[in-house]
Amino acid sequence: MTTEIPKYKLKDLVDKPVYFSGGHRLCAGCAAGSMARQVTMAFNKPTMIFNSTGCLEVASTIYPFSAWEVPWLHVAFENSAAVASGVEAAIKGMTKKGTYTAGKTDIVVFGGDGGTYDIGIQAISGAFERGHDLLYILYDNGAYMNTGIQRSGGTPFGASTTTSPAGKVVPGKTQFRKPITDIIAAHRIPFVATASPAYPEDLIGKVRAGLDADGPAFLHVEASCNRGQRFDPAKSIEYVNLATQTCMHPLYSVIDGEYQLSRPSARIAKDPSKKVPLEDYLKLEGRWRHFFKPVRQEELINKFQAEVDKRWADLLKKAGY
Amino acid sequence: MKRIAVTGDDAVAEAAKSVNPDVVAAYPITPQTIIVERFADFVADGEVDTEFVTVESEHSAMSACVGASSAGARVFTSSASAGLMLMYEIIFIAASSRTPIVMAIANRAISGPINIHGELTDQMLFRDSGWVSMFSEDNQEAHDQTIMAFKIGEHPNVLLPVAVGLDGFIISHAIEGIEPVSREVAHKFLGGERKAALKLDTTKPMSIGLLHLQDYYMEARAQVRDAQERSRKVILEVFNEWEKLTGRKYKPVESYKMDDAEYAFLTMGSTAGNARTAVDELRTKGEKVGLIKIRVYRPFFGDDVTELCKNLKGLITIERSHNFGGPGGILSSDIKSALFNKRLSPLLAEYTIGLGGRDTLIKDYHSIYNRSKEAFNTGKNLPLFWWGVRE
Amino acid sequence: MPAFPTDVSDEEFKTWVKEKWGYKKLPMAGSTPAGSAKFFRTGDWASKIPKLVIENCTSCLKCYFFCPDSAITMVTGEDDKKHPKFDLFYCKGCGVCANECPGRKGEKAIIMEDI
Repeated sequence: MTTEIPKYKLKDLVDKPVYFSGGHRLCAGCAAGSMARQVTMAFNKPTMIFNSTGCLEVASTIYPFSAWEVPWLHVAFENSAAVASGVEAAIKGMTKKGTYTAGKTDIVVFGGDGGTYDIGIQAISGAFERGHDLLYILYDNGAYMNTGIQRSGGTPFGASTTTSPAGKVVPGKTQFRKPITDIIAAHRIPFVATASPAYPEDLIGKVRAGLDADGPAFLHVEASCNRGQRFDPAKSIEYVNLATQTCMHPLYSVIDGEYQLSRPSARIAKDPSKKVPLEDYLKLEGRWRHFFKPVRQEELINKFQAEVDKRWADLLKKAGY
Repeated sequence: MKRIAVTGDDAVAEAAKSVNPDVVAAYPITPQTIIVERFADFVADGEVDTEFVTVESEHSAMSACVGASSAGARVFTSSASAGLMLMYEIIFIAASSRTPIVMAIANRAISGPINIHGELTDQMLFRDSGWVSMFSEDNQEAHDQTIMAFKIGEHPNVLLPVAVGLDGFIISHAIEGIEPVSREVAHKFLGGERKAALKLDTTKPMSIGLLHLQDYYMEARAQVRDAQERSRKVILEVFNEWEKLTGRKYKPVESYKMDDAEYAFLTMGSTAGNARTAVDELRTKGEKVGLIKIRVYRPFFGDDVTELCKNLKGLITIERSHNFGGPGGILSSDIKSALFNKRLSPLLAEYTIGLGGRDTLIKDYHSIYNRSKEAFNTGKNLPLFWWGVRE
Repeated sequence: MPAFPTDVSDEEFKTWVKEKWGYKKLPMAGSTPAGSAKFFRTGDWASKIPKLVIENCTSCLKCYFFCPDSAITMVTGEDDKKHPKFDLFYCKGCGVCANECPGRKGEKAIIMEDI
């Protein structure tokens, strides 16, 4: 049975219960907070959440205050996919024995780019290879933000972080971002997609599709961090949208191996004049300030643009454009 | 049930089969592999109802176990040595999460260098984690303790994970006759399926595993401390019930020929077997010697140990484990602390033996005894000595 | 035995926080009642707060979906359309709602004002 992404409209979603309360201590404007609220709007049955150590986990659960209104468990940094695998197996086993009676239970796993690209990739790959029925949501803010903005495998090219600082000799991160969604799609699981809190109806639809998929599902959400990416908190959604408009974070889905662009990226594919030049995004965020001041780094900007273009072209081919 | 001849690993697998846990999440490592392989056979043949998760590492094994146990499942796993050390981060979290996971450990020497043979160090090193920790002398004990571990851990006053050790290869791979216990008997003993109170429940949602700042961390840890203390009584009760059920008597600290002993060997695990034979042989020569065997390592039943040492002239600790730079061996330092707490000071000779599975023969125990007694006769202690190392 | 978090009422939770319960009373395994953060005030973080200019509000609903802090609820007004209501107990003054508000004919329906 092929999964389909429900086409929601905001007015249908506005009355849905939200299972992420106020009173959490994420930074003002944190796009991960917007994402977390939106994700819970997709829930329609008993659901449990497993959260890796990181901003979302720490800020939402400072003892004794927890912002989560569904059963929620945090164990460690690199293992939430393994923890969720154990729960999925437990629910299966106990349901067979009649000691678990809540029926079909949706399992959501949250991990930051820290806990997903790098230290957590083993647990995810193992869980996906074993075929556990769960949805892993990667909220990607491009660095180990919670521990103080250190670089991760998900840090974009050239971004200045505390362990890849823009210095006199080395201009920020020298590697491109690991193509995590491609790596996960290569596991040939039923549902893989990218999303953005700037497009709530698309994100919520994809969460629902991921949960309904029969087997492992993965959602890569770009969630800007105004603190670590260094910009005015009010711009959180505007700038995360630019990541999509520049095709640095295109929105698409891979359902049973078939690539399909989502509307915000499909409109760029159909009309390439709508694709925003990368530097119009880079110049707005403090993490790429050194690309422009004191001297404009033409070579670096071009190198980055070229890689974004290449990956966009690869995606277009896969999506049949 | 009929007696069967099986290896120690098989015995543990049989015990797990009788318990029929909800989830087993395990990763292979010599010499535990047979436990997992045998259990996989049971799964494939439909002889258990267990969800068997073939995780991709030991760290994920313990993580999956913590998840499953938090969801209310009865959980079993197994590991050793390097695998155990990969799990260490989560081992501590398993105790603080109050998940009564049972783990059988085919005790093996830790790297480096890499060695696959029997040594107890791997399990002893997480003695401070909050886990209840027991060691087995033979296959029957490995089987029995695996089943009892579930009852101890799941008790509402305890709710701690329990480790059951069996010497790698020496017990895990040696065939002995055991009397297994059927599933009916095991389930009656355990009171049916696990009834978890604190668990992930979509009808009664809660959050577990929050960040504790300076103002709450100590209180959270004090709860684990108290649970360990409460486990002492529960361990004795469970051992009692097991004796009524099977006739086999277990005590946290066991003694052999200690009534009139002037000297005693003190040890854990399979070495107790050799020590017991040495005691018998020495007794025929007129030596007044006995054996103290530690079964439950944590919580440490120090009073039981010191009670047995009250009238000793000399105590000889023998451990198949090692450490560096300490005030003694791992086990012997614990013994010395217990003796000091009671202001007892028999003369003491400490030995580390059999690392990496090296054989320590009964004649070695005789030599150890003679060497120690010679020192005792001059009123001297003997500092920690590694027996049988070539220079 | 310590309380189970699901048995702790809202009033008891407030007492727990005020008295700073010790290890004998606290639920075990570091667990807490679901959604207990709703008692925690983050509104004192704000240096600017949102103000609604209702005539410019087209009920696009975006502010509700973008707010990270559940500080916006949509309430049906006299015009039978939904408009944002701001909960200053939670609002951190991030300004995302005002920034994203499309408004009407170039005029925003949400503006940020100094406290």
